[in-house]
Amino acid sequence: MKKDLLGIGDLTRDEIYLILDTAEAMREIGQRPIKKVPTLRGKTVVNLFYEPSTRTRTSFEIAEKRLSADTLNIAVAASSVLKGETLADTAMNIEAMAPDVIVLRHASSGACHLLSRICKSRVINAGDGMHEHPTQALLDAFTIREHKKRIDGLNVTIVGDLLHSRVLRSNVLLLTQLGADVCVCGPSTLVPIGIERLGVRVSTRVDEAVRDADVIMMLRIQQERMHGAFFPSVREYFNTFGMTPARVARAKPDVIIMHPGPMNRGIEISSEVADGPYSVILEQVANGVSVRMAVLYLLAGGVEGD
Amino acid sequence: MKRLLKGGRLVDPANGRDGVFDLLVDGDRIARVGRDLHVDGAVAVVEIPSGLVVCPGLIDMHVHLREPGQEHKETVATGTAAAVAGGFTAVACMPNTSPVNDNAGVTEYILKKAAEANLARVYPIGAVSRGQAGEQLAEIGELRQAGCVAITDDGRPVATAMLMRRALEYAGMFGMPVIEHCEEQTLKGDGVAHEGFHASALGLRGIPGQAESIMALRDIALAELTGGAVHVAHMSARQTLDAVRWGKSRGARVTCEVTPHHFVLTDEMLRAPIAYDTNVKMNPPLRDAADRDAMLAGIADGSVDAIATDHAPHHYDEKRVEFDHAPFGITGLETAVSLCFDRLVHAGVISVSRLVELLSVNPARILQVTGGSLAEGAPADISILAPDLAVTVSAATMRSKSRNTPFDGWTLRGGVAATIVGGRAVYVNEAVGLQV
Repeated sequence: MKKDLLGIGDLTRDEIYLILDTAEAMREIGQRPIKKVPTLRGKTVVNLFYEPSTRTRTSFEIAEKRLSADTLNIAVAASSVLKGETLADTAMNIEAMAPDVIVLRHASSGACHLLSRICKSRVINAGDGMHEHPTQALLDAFTIREHKKRIDGLNVTIVGDLLHSRVLRSNVLLLTQLGADVCVCGPSTLVPIGIERLGVRVSTRVDEAVRDADVIMMLRIQQERMHGAFFPSVREYFNTFGMTPARVARAKPDVIIMHPGPMNRGIEISSEVADGPYSVILEQVANGVSVRMAVLYLLAGGVEGD
Repeated sequence: MKRLLKGGRLVDPANGRDGVFDLLVDGDRIARVGRDLHVDGAVAVVEIPSGLVVCPGLIDMHVHLREPGQEHKETVATGTAAAVAGGFTAVACMPNTSPVNDNAGVTEYILKKAAEANLARVYPIGAVSRGQAGEQLAEIGELRQAGCVAITDDGRPVATAMLMRRALEYAGMFGMPVIEHCEEQTLKGDGVAHEGFHASALGLRGIPGQAESIMALRDIALAELTGGAVHVAHMSARQTLDAVRWGKSRGARVTCEVTPHHFVLTDEMLRAPIAYDTNVKMNPPLRDAADRDAMLAGIADGSVDAIATDHAPHHYDEKRVEFDHAPFGITGLETAVSLCFDRLVHAGVISVSRLVELLSVNPARILQVTGGSLAEGAPADISILAPDLAVTVSAATMRSKSRNTPFDGWTLRGGVAATIVGGRAVYVNEAVGLQV
C-alpha cells in the first residue's frame, strides 16, 4: 500500500480485497470479551477533525483503541479555519511531535493531499469536502460483500445529492473497480457534470433506477449546502426521490438498503425503510470499526522500513 | 553613442519587414533600418547571430503589479524587472490594487514607482467604477490625464449592463477601450475550477465556460449600442471565442486576448502532476482540451488579437492552503515568450511575424500607446528573442517577487536574448551572451 489513504483511487483491486479480508479478522477482535490487541502499541494516531463528526470520529477512535494505539483528538472549529492557523502550519506543528498516523476530516476537497505533501506521517482521509471518504466506501463494500458474497456483477443504485457527496465519489470508484453495475440517481441539478465518465449510469427517475437493484444506497441531503436552489422544497424532494416501501418493492426481493448517516428521516428515506427489514444501516456502523482497524493496521502496523 | 544592431532576423510586421536587416539606434530612438547599413562616426556595433529575432518591444497588456498595497506579492520594481527578463518592454497594469487605481493620485504613484525602477514602460489602467464597487463611474477623464490608457474593473466584471453602457460611452470620449473581465457572477457562484469531469471527480465547484461567454455577449451588444471599444481580457472558453467572432463579423469594436496558460494547459492539471496544486488555480480557470484547442485555432486564424499573461503574483503563504481558499492567479511574465515559441511557433500554429503582432503590434494598437513598430523615429523599444534557446523554467530564480507558476521545471524551446527600452539594454540574458 502507499504511504497514505487519500482516496479509493490510491488503491488497487488487490489492496481493496486485502483491506476487506483483513477487516474480517479485525471483526473477530470486536467479538471478544477483551476487545483489544497490542498491534499498534506505541503508535500515535492523531484524529484531526475540521468538521463536526460523531460517527466517523468515534469509529476511528474505537478502532485505534482496539489496536492499542495512543490516540489524540483535535477538533478545530470551522469558524477558526479562516482566521486561525493555516492547515499547513497546524500540520507542521503536529508533525513536529512525530505521530505515526494523522486521520483528517476537512471541509475542503484536497485538504488531505496538502497534508500529505507536508507530513511524513501517514495520512488517512476521513472525508475531504466533496471529494472522497474512502473508509466509508470500504465499509460499504464490506457490508455488501457480507450480504451478497460478491460485488462483481451486482446492481447498485445510489440515490440522493450526488453533487456534494464524497461518499458517492468513493463508492463509485470502489464499486466500479470491483465490477459492480452502478446507477446513480438524483435531481439533475445535483448531478456532477461528466460523472458518467467514471463508468456509471445516470438516471433522474428513481422508480426506474431502483428496478432490480441488489443494493440501494441512499445519500444524505446536505441541507447546509442547499443554499443554491437545487430543488424547490424538501417535500417535493421526498415525493420525487425519497426512498419509500413502494420504491423498495421495485428492487430485487433480497435488496439491502444502505445509508452512510446521518439520516434525514422523511427527506431522503422514510422511517419504514430505514427501520425496515432490508435496512443494513446499523451493520454499516458496526463494520466501520472493523474496516478502520484494517486500514490502520495495514498502514501503520507494519515493521519500520516496510 | 549610436548603436548598430547588425544582422539577425528583423521581424516588424507593422512595416512589412521580415528578414535580415540592420537597425541603428541613436539615443532613445530608432534612427535607421536597412540592409547592410553604413554608419559614419562613432558607433557601437552589436553583432546579432542569425538565429535571433529582433522585433518591436513586446507589450504585456494585462499584468498585476500589486503596488500600492500588496507589496508582499509584487512591486512595480520587481514586476518590471520580471517584465524585461521576459522580453517585455512595456506592461499595462490592472487597477485592483489597494487602494484601487480609481484616481489620479494612485496613477501618479504607480508612474512614479515605474520611473524610479526605470526598466519597462508602465501603462496604468484605471478603474471603471469608484473602488471597483460597480456603482459610480470613476473620474475617467482625470485618470486619462494622469496617464491611464484604458479602464477596467478587472478581477470582476463591470457590475451592470447600465454601468457598462455608460463606461463605454464615457471612455469613448477619451478614445479609451474598456477592458472586461467577462464573468456572469451568479453562474460562477463560488466555483474554483472549470466545470467538467475533472472538477467533478475531485469534488471542486465548477465554473462553466458560459459564465464567460454570457458576459462577453452582453458587452459586445453594448459596444454595438454605444460605438465604444470593448476588449475581452484573458479569454478562456470556446463559447467566448465564438461570441467575439460574431461581434467582429457584425462590425462591433471588440478585441480579445488569450493567456499562455489557457492555450497550453487544460483542467487535467488539477489532478496531475500535483493533485489540487493551487498553482493551477486561476480565474478564468484552465478549461478542457476543446477550449484549449479553440484558443489555438483563434490564435492561428486571427480571431485572437493579443497574447497577454494576466501575471498575477501571489505570496507563497497565500497559495500554500486548501485549494478552495487559495487566491486565483499565476505569474506569467517570465514564461510567456518561451511558451509562445514552444507551443505556437515551433508547433506550427503561427509564424514569428504573427507572434510579434500578438505580443506587440496589436497590444499597442488596442491601447493606443507607442510601440509595436520599428519605424525610423520610433522609440527604441526592442526585444531580441532567441527562438531556439533551450530554457528550463526555474521559479526560484525568477525576478518576480512571487513564485506561483505551474511551469516550474518545464523545458521549453525559445527565450529572450535581450530587452532594450528607450535605447537602453535593460536586460541581457547571459545564457545567450549577446554583447548589447
